[in-house]
Amino acid sequence: MGGAVGADVENAQWVDGLCGARSAEAEARLHELLLRVARAEVGRRAGRLRLAGPELDDIAHQAAHDAMLAILRKLDTFRGESRFTTWAYKFVIFEVSGKVARHFWAHADEPIDTEQWERLPDRFGFSPEDAAESADLLAAVRRAVDGQLTDRQREVFVALVLHGVPVDALAQRMGTNRNALYKTMFDARRKIRGFLVAHGHVAQGRLGEQA
Amino acid sequence: MTGRDDLLRFLETDERDAGCERTMELLHAYVELVLADEDPELTYPGITVHLRTCGACVEDFEGLLAAARAEAAPE
Repeated sequence: MGGAVGADVENAQWVDGLCGARSAEAEARLHELLLRVARAEVGRRAGRLRLAGPELDDIAHQAAHDAMLAILRKLDTFRGESRFTTWAYKFVIFEVSGKVARHFWAHADEPIDTEQWERLPDRFGFSPEDAAESADLLAAVRRAVDGQLTDRQREVFVALVLHGVPVDALAQRMGTNRNALYKTMFDARRKIRGFLVAHGHVAQGRLGEQA
Repeated sequence: MTGRDDLLRFLETDERDAGCERTMELLHAYVELVLADEDPELTYPGITVHLRTCGACVEDFEGLLAAARAEAAPE
């Protein structure tokens, strides 16, 4: 209880500080925190990125700067559902996500307009034996993608699943956003599963039940 | 867990899925419940469902949780 009250007081101090006459002080303090979080987040993701130290630090600086602008712009939307810092850190995490996605294309090895179906088993961790046993299922997934999906659903499925393109990177390439692509894939997944059920590859009902 | 299980799990959809937009909007509140050792699924079931299948949102959730945990930890 005392913690919640303490958080409320601290939240009010942040909001008042960023709006008040001495906002520069609060902004400097917040920027310092955002940069620390951005560096930690870039470091957390670094193992999966083909980026060197200076590039990583550039991303962290840009993310902290852009997050600060977003926070100041949206300050009046903060509703106290969390500590102020948790709310603020969300913006810097999203900025890191977006900036890392932009770097994906600079380091991408291959075009994504080819359909490399031989990759499908690997994408889901099939062993060669499992893949051989599930050959009918894998072939049915391909038939569903070919025959049931719209052109856009198919394009998104191929990029995300067969090529392993990160969704934010694909969203930037296609001029859309993560949510829209997720919805496209949600509908595609439902159609593919419906096809598998209709053709006896999967039982209607819960996950993984074999027909 | 086999590749077949993973593939079928991926193809499962749940109508309660909150989607990325709603998840991103409330991720800070969701993280705060996790930090407080409360069950976030009780308050935000759609976000819990979403985080089972959206790798990008999971990545953001893990990053935000790590940042908030570091903030909450004693100096």
